[in-house]
Amino acid sequence: MAIIEVRDLYKIFGPSPKRAIPLIKKGMSKAEILKKTGCTIAINGATFSIEKRETFVVMGLSGSGKSTFIRCLNRLIEPTHGEIIVDGDDVMKMDMEKLRQVRRYKMSMVFQNFGLLPHRNVVNNVEFGLEISGMEKEKRREKALSAIKLVGLEGFERSLTSELSGGMQQRVGLARALANDPEILLMDEAFSALDPLIRTQMQDELLELQAKMHKTIVFITHDLDEALKLGDRIAILGPDGRVRQIGTPEEILSSPADEYVKRFVQNVDRTRVITAGTVGGHPASITYPSENLQAAMRAMERHGTSSVFVTDTDRRLKGIVTIDAAAELQKQGKKDLGSAIIDDVYTTSPSTPISDLLATAIKTRYPIALIDDEGRFHGSVSRAAIITEVSKGYEGSNNDLPQTLSELQTAGANGEEA
Amino acid sequence: MENFRSWIDIGGGFEVIVNWLRSNMAWLFGAISNAVNGVLGTSRTVLNAPPPIVVIAIFAAIAWRTAGLGVAIFTFVGFGLIWYMGLFTLTMSTLALVITSVVIALLLGIPLGIWASKSDTVWQVMRPILDFMQTLPAFVYLIPAVLFFRLGPVPGVVATLVFSLPPAVRLTNLGIRQVPTEIKEAALSFGSTGRQMLLKAELPVALATIMAGVNQTIMLALSMVVIAGMIGAGGLGNEVLRGITQLRIDVGFEGGIAIVILAIFLDRVTQALGDSTRKQT
Ligand SMILES: Nc1ncnc2c1ncn2[C@@H]1O[C@H](COP(=O)(O)OP(=O)(O)OP(=O)(O)O)[C@@H](O)[C@H]1O
Ligand SMILES: [Mg+2]
Repeated sequence: MAIIEVRDLYKIFGPSPKRAIPLIKKGMSKAEILKKTGCTIAINGATFSIEKRETFVVMGLSGSGKSTFIRCLNRLIEPTHGEIIVDGDDVMKMDMEKLRQVRRYKMSMVFQNFGLLPHRNVVNNVEFGLEISGMEKEKRREKALSAIKLVGLEGFERSLTSELSGGMQQRVGLARALANDPEILLMDEAFSALDPLIRTQMQDELLELQAKMHKTIVFITHDLDEALKLGDRIAILGPDGRVRQIGTPEEILSSPADEYVKRFVQNVDRTRVITAGTVGGHPASITYPSENLQAAMRAMERHGTSSVFVTDTDRRLKGIVTIDAAAELQKQGKKDLGSAIIDDVYTTSPSTPISDLLATAIKTRYPIALIDDEGRFHGSVSRAAIITEVSKGYEGSNNDLPQTLSELQTAGANGEEA
Repeated sequence: MENFRSWIDIGGGFEVIVNWLRSNMAWLFGAISNAVNGVLGTSRTVLNAPPPIVVIAIFAAIAWRTAGLGVAIFTFVGFGLIWYMGLFTLTMSTLALVITSVVIALLLGIPLGIWASKSDTVWQVMRPILDFMQTLPAFVYLIPAVLFFRLGPVPGVVATLVFSLPPAVRLTNLGIRQVPTEIKEAALSFGSTGRQMLLKAELPVALATIMAGVNQTIMLALSMVVIAGMIGAGGLGNEVLRGITQLRIDVGFEGGIAIVILAIFLDRVTQALGDSTRKQT
């Protein structure tokens, strides 16, 4: 279910901003409108919905309107036109009192440069939101302490924030937002000010927290890798303030909507994002002991493979049977498959990025089985599929790829003729 | 030129205005007078009630707590010297005048500064007025003060507070405007009302800058209070004035020294207060 719905949202900075909307609709560019009216278009007709409990990443280069967008959601910036429906209520139609309620109880924000209060220590910073909403002292202290625990800042409750490192300061910012227990977290480039190492660590921790808490997170970033890592879905903003594409990381990488997105994603290491689940297929598998040798042979024949996976009746993976082993059994005149099932087949979760599978794929003789946490079989991914996917990223991207000797020679000969 | 002057008589016009104000706004000046006298009386009583040695000890203790041992020793020796010169009571009168003017100046100046920080229009109107107030020679303030309040300590305080008001307004305005946007946004994003925003975010963050304004206000007030001795405000100003008019170098010099000691004490203590708020930021 969508928790936030944004419809036809515009934000235009400058004198009499409404004047610029018809011009946009006429198709004038951002630069032309700036020249003609002095108005800067920050958000240009955005429409999309954000689902409950998803991490929705908005990504774009500097000046593409990301900060403006996230501030429209809680109206730190007043949108020029459009609707922002949060849980069925239009934020844009709310009076100040109602809006404050939403800010206090429904969404909290985490800032790029932390936005902490320098005169307060850690715990007083964390309880700031609760204090604003008028919660009594005992209770808010308790909540603040548990939020501090959640982000791993125990022992620093009394420290001044200026004594903390950037990563720790942002933990305070995160704890402050979590202390209110909002449904929605707004994070504006929350990790952009941190060192790369700390940044990765914070990303991992956010993923971990999110797995526990299931908040709806709107995360802003200018870093595609961060977007791909954190986002369940990603919206890509163009330099004109228009949303260019919305989709899962894999959708964006495998089918970019336009040239802009394509150029954006071309340098990404696709193999770190494309998962085994997407590349994999649903190959031959049989159920044991309800099916026997005959079934295994038929399955291999039908799929044209040299092996077949074997599961139990709960679809838990038991192993793999190869064509050679099956032939051997047949020769011996046995019907029961049991002795031919090999269990030294590699397994992985469907969400593993294929970059992590390359080494294994080269080593193993069998396809890699995809199983979930309960051991249930979800398909497999073959060596060929992995290698094809890995090499896709390099297609046509440059001409430094290895060539065969004969290719070189024909190219040389053509060159002389011309 | 002469013709013009008979047409438009600036000085005469001013006189008309002053007379009108005096006859129609008497209640206002009466109220101001009462307020000033109230604060002044209280601070005088408090400063003069205990024996001088106790007051000196308390001052030294304050200096110690805020600015450290060095300033504390200076305070003890300095005020001891003032006592020795027989100027202790006069110095306390001057201090009472300073405290009175500063308290009223801050009560007016800080809210004005907050108001100016919230609205560019207000600030644009206020700024030239503050510039004007600061460039006007200090003596000029004495004239309307005397016109409205006659002679004595009340016009002295009024002239002083007007003269020392600008830095309080300016630095409060500056301090609040300098609060980082993200801090303001953070306060708003958690649902602060305007009042919560001011009290829990803006003023605490701006405190160090506001304290610098308080320090400047105090120093300006001290310098003005001495000048106000000319209109009978009392205190060390009278002493210095006596030194000048009677060509008594000794009297003038001793009065001057007392003023310097008082100035250094007030400056160090308020500066240290400002620094201690800054340290946490
Ligand atoms: N208060 C403002 N007044 C006028 N123009 C503004 C204002 N705030 C933002 N803009 C303009 O709106 C556009 C979008 O700005 P925004 O800050 O949302 O971009 P951003 O994607 O967050 O960029 P960054 O990565 O630099 O933070 C920019 O062209 C910016 O110059
Ligand atoms: Mg931004």
